Amino acid sequence: MNAIPVSYYVIFSGLLFSIGLYGVLVRRNVIGILMSIELIINAANINLVAFSRYVAAKPETGQIFAAFVIVLAASAAAVGLAIVLSVYRNRRTIYTDEINLLKW
Amino acid sequence: MDVLHNLARLGFFAATLVTLAAAVMVVTLRNIFHCALALILVLLGVAATYISLKAEFFAVIQILLYVGAIMTLVIFAIMLTSRIGDKTVLQNNRQGLMSFSLLALFNAFFIGSVIKTSWHLNPAAMTANVDAGVLGAAFMNEYVFPFEIISVVLIVALVGAIILGRSDQ
Amino acid sequence: METSESIFVVIKKAILGFFHGFLPDWTVVIISILISVTAIVIFGPVTMMFLTWLERKVVGRIQNRYGPNRAGIFGLLQPIADGVKMLTKEDIVPRAADKVTHFLAPVIVVIPALLVFSVLPFGRGMAAVNLNVGLLFFLAVSTMSTIAIFMGSWGSRNKFSLLGGMRAVAQMVSYEIPMVMSVVPVILVTGSLSMVSIVEAQLGGKWFVLTPWGFFGAIVFFLCGVAEVNRTPFDLPEGESEIIAGFHTEYSGMKFALFYMAEFMSAFAIAGLTATLFFGGWDGPLLPSWLWFLVKSYAMIFIMIWFRGTLPRFRIDQLMGFAWKLLLPFALLNIFVAALWQMLPAPKNLIVSGIAEAVILVIVFFASRKDSPKKRTYVFAD
Repeated sequence: MNAIPVSYYVIFSGLLFSIGLYGVLVRRNVIGILMSIELIINAANINLVAFSRYVAAKPETGQIFAAFVIVLAASAAAVGLAIVLSVYRNRRTIYTDEINLLKW
Repeated sequence: MDVLHNLARLGFFAATLVTLAAAVMVVTLRNIFHCALALILVLLGVAATYISLKAEFFAVIQILLYVGAIMTLVIFAIMLTSRIGDKTVLQNNRQGLMSFSLLALFNAFFIGSVIKTSWHLNPAAMTANVDAGVLGAAFMNEYVFPFEIISVVLIVALVGAIILGRSDQ
Repeated sequence: METSESIFVVIKKAILGFFHGFLPDWTVVIISILISVTAIVIFGPVTMMFLTWLERKVVGRIQNRYGPNRAGIFGLLQPIADGVKMLTKEDIVPRAADKVTHFLAPVIVVIPALLVFSVLPFGRGMAAVNLNVGLLFFLAVSTMSTIAIFMGSWGSRNKFSLLGGMRAVAQMVSYEIPMVMSVVPVILVTGSLSMVSIVEAQLGGKWFVLTPWGFFGAIVFFLCGVAEVNRTPFDLPEGESEIIAGFHTEYSGMKFALFYMAEFMSAFAIAGLTATLFFGGWDGPLLPSWLWFLVKSYAMIFIMIWFRGTLPRFRIDQLMGFAWKLLLPFALLNIFVAALWQMLPAPKNLIVSGIAEAVILVIVFFASRKDSPKKRTYVFAD
């Protein structure tokens, strides 16, 4: 299976990253934005694992960093969703352009 | 055995296509619950990518943590916050066209530069066997300090999430 | 003895040898995969049919009645009659339902229930795939059934479905943590995640259930497993007297049958996994290996049915308190005991880890009792 060139993975993760970035830019729903961030994180993880398989000096390095990234993604999701819930409880909305109390 | 290898490659290409299509669904669908389901499909496709990179342990971890834990959280949040008439509420703002054109431009340059780059491949890494034991030894020896820090970060984040999510009496 | 031991392996080899005569190598590999897949896809539903019959029969006996005895001898044809009934029922989809999600949920719920069978070693050399991360694969795939339950409960647009789905997922997420923690000692001692090597480490009667950590680990794991598959006494998600039927309230006919099938197949998979991890899998004297596996799994299933026949349902705070205050600390400390057992020399380790286990059991039990919620006084909503 190593016949698949490394550039294929890089392009795949680049596309995934841009789709995620598009979601972050255009979504109004906070949970939608969080899900797009998960896409971006996954794109980064694919890169880490692919490079650790193809070009790294030690093959386990990238996977370890990807594991750290997953843990950070989990904590980001937990804190982010807790913030979403408390915002919803106070303002009854989760649309970013309706949460504009601090916007000038 | 060449036929099998080609079949496996074909399956992998199909998986990446499905993953990308599902990713597009995540950012375009109107119903946020359907977006979450599409995101699950993306995560499974990424797990398939890890398998093609011979990182089976990591693929399983991806399913266990992302699909099992993080997506459950996300869907819970969707269920707790979605409004009844959400189908008719506009989900995207008006920056769609601009974002799309900028990202298309970025991707054109990005793909061009990736194709032109000649990577310094490491043949030792390509054949190495990275199983759970190797990863665990690395976590406990070389990377033990970041490992401890990440545990502290996780604890802090979870305690913070509990305090934020607690309803006020 | 020799032939009955490996009858299924021999049959598969014979079929492959027949095809190898006139087909190229790569088709033989595909045929070998197809044979394993077919075997699992047939085994799952057949087990489920038999389990429904067994459950009704045993619960009937516990409740001092006969159970099904009209269709066939001992009511053995009852599952087939039930199947015909299910197939001919009207398929009702609520008007407000989210059509796609409502349709996909029962299909998706069956997939993880079938997939987990692929890593279970049914006998000597009878695991469909010997994955080197087999145990984690089992746990990861079984978490995916929560997604299907979410889809079913959301797609129905019914408040009882939604409540049941929320309960189901809260319960499954909570019980998954002690479940994973209780298999860590097994991984610690065998040093492998592959199910085949876990069974091989227990060969010759060295079953893990006979060690102090294994005995209590098996109890924790089995209880968590029963909670994972939403069976009594952990069946709050489907509590008929509270929320009709939970997440499958709005399903009828074959779609309901698929949910039912997935539930029974997961119950069998959990029973099989308990047998594999703690009771030596297919290891045993005299009888062929696959028969030993089935005997142990059905013994586990029998305990599940026994639970159902005799125990009342938990209250939700008891359910959560049981997972977080009793099972989780106990499973965590059990890892420590297993490390003691593994590190100390042979005769000493049994005594030391046994004493440690007893001390931990007493401490956790009393600590969790002191913290258990006071008798709740219900107030009317304001």
